Amino acid sequence: MLRGSSAVAIDNERNKHPSDVIAAASAARARRSGRVGLATASRSTSDPHPAEMATHELHPNDTLTTLKMESENLKAKLEEERAKLHDVELHQVAEKIEALGQFVMKTRRTLKGHGNKVLCMDWCKDKRRIVSSSQDGKVIVWDAFTTNKEHAVTMPCTWVMACAYAPSGCAVACGGLDNKCSVYPLSLDKNENLAAKKKSVAMHTNYLSACSFTNSDMQILTSSGDGTCALWDVESGQLLQSFHGHGADVLCLDLAPSETGNTFVSGGCDKKANVWDMRSGQCIQSFETHESDINSVRYYPSGDAFASGSDDATCRLYDLRADREVAIYSKESIIFGASSVDFSLSGRLLFGGYNDYTINVWDVLKGNRVSILFGHENRVSTLRVSPDGTAFCSGSWDHTLRIWA
Amino acid sequence: MARDMSDKEILKMELDQLQKEVKTERMPVSVTAKELSDWVEGQVGEDPLVKGIPEDKNPYKEKGGCIIS
Repeated sequence: MLRGSSAVAIDNERNKHPSDVIAAASAARARRSGRVGLATASRSTSDPHPAEMATHELHPNDTLTTLKMESENLKAKLEEERAKLHDVELHQVAEKIEALGQFVMKTRRTLKGHGNKVLCMDWCKDKRRIVSSSQDGKVIVWDAFTTNKEHAVTMPCTWVMACAYAPSGCAVACGGLDNKCSVYPLSLDKNENLAAKKKSVAMHTNYLSACSFTNSDMQILTSSGDGTCALWDVESGQLLQSFHGHGADVLCLDLAPSETGNTFVSGGCDKKANVWDMRSGQCIQSFETHESDINSVRYYPSGDAFASGSDDATCRLYDLRADREVAIYSKESIIFGASSVDFSLSGRLLFGGYNDYTINVWDVLKGNRVSILFGHENRVSTLRVSPDGTAFCSGSWDHTLRIWA
Repeated sequence: MARDMSDKEILKMELDQLQKEVKTERMPVSVTAKELSDWVEGQVGEDPLVKGIPEDKNPYKEKGGCIIS
């Protein structure tokens, strides 16, 4: 398997620290297969239209081969530059830190009510309400303390892959195979038909994979199977900014903590994690060390790093100021993809939900696994720590959500 | 949109991005890793999932029940 950069695996069992591997030239070809078994679009073999390439000129001599070679040379140069500053490992710096004690985390609540696979969930800022969405088209708002369902909406499409709570707690956004992101204001009147007030905000040309409100109820950031991310004004539905750079479906995104400025990170089927400037639409940094689709990305609480979870069965930590991957969380015994990751409040713990039905808890600094949690009876598809860090919620293809503390 | 782009267009997009990224400012890992771990250490005392929460303060712990002594 080709590796995209000098990665150092932290394998606790064998204490093995393989030497850096110079980036092998990797094919730049992106994977384009759909995520839910949709028929793949046939590849275009015609030459690009000059009019579309507004910022560069394509010379007739720019064959695929020369472009690939140039790309590979640049990637090698980038790796060289990054390697120069790779003077120490994160776990070495963390050696003096006290090891974590035994963890006792159990399921405290089980939320039952979805009729099919739970695909996504999000916490409300009030630290007790949760919105979740499912393959059967239902979006449910729960009170996590009491397990009561407070609202339920049936979407006109199946596979609602994305849902998010508005910062005010007064609305939720969701979307999926309908290629849209819609916002539903939450009414205090339980009898009111929420679907009647629905507002279509985002329109993509393929499925919606993730969505998130920015710091206010007024803007939503979306990612899509069409390979782009986009920022929308909720009130008018206007597209404010679009983000091009992924070579295949974008599967996940996360906004930087508000103190650290206007950036967000996205991960895709092209194995890349991209960091974007929200104002300019530019990709600021890009990381390609995973060996398969990146299913989940999450900023470190300080904003200086982010974690990713991938179908390659690893989670990784990327340091934004060193501009490189600084840790891999993996074990030989873990062979199923990680679908969802999130940090504890301090960033010391990384929780990963996996396709083998388990949740692995990692010591972010030392690199070892501190706990494995069983309970779900099918893939864990989504996982978020509560806003005050007292618990985390996991959603699964077993139709349930679990609160762990 | 990526799905509508030819392989060549995607490569060109990548190439432009790589050219920008080679010029990015970077800091050595020894500095950034230390700051990352210092930041965590400063916060970890207040992290409920790391240090645990007393039974009576945790909203998710079961309330009630009997203790037979």
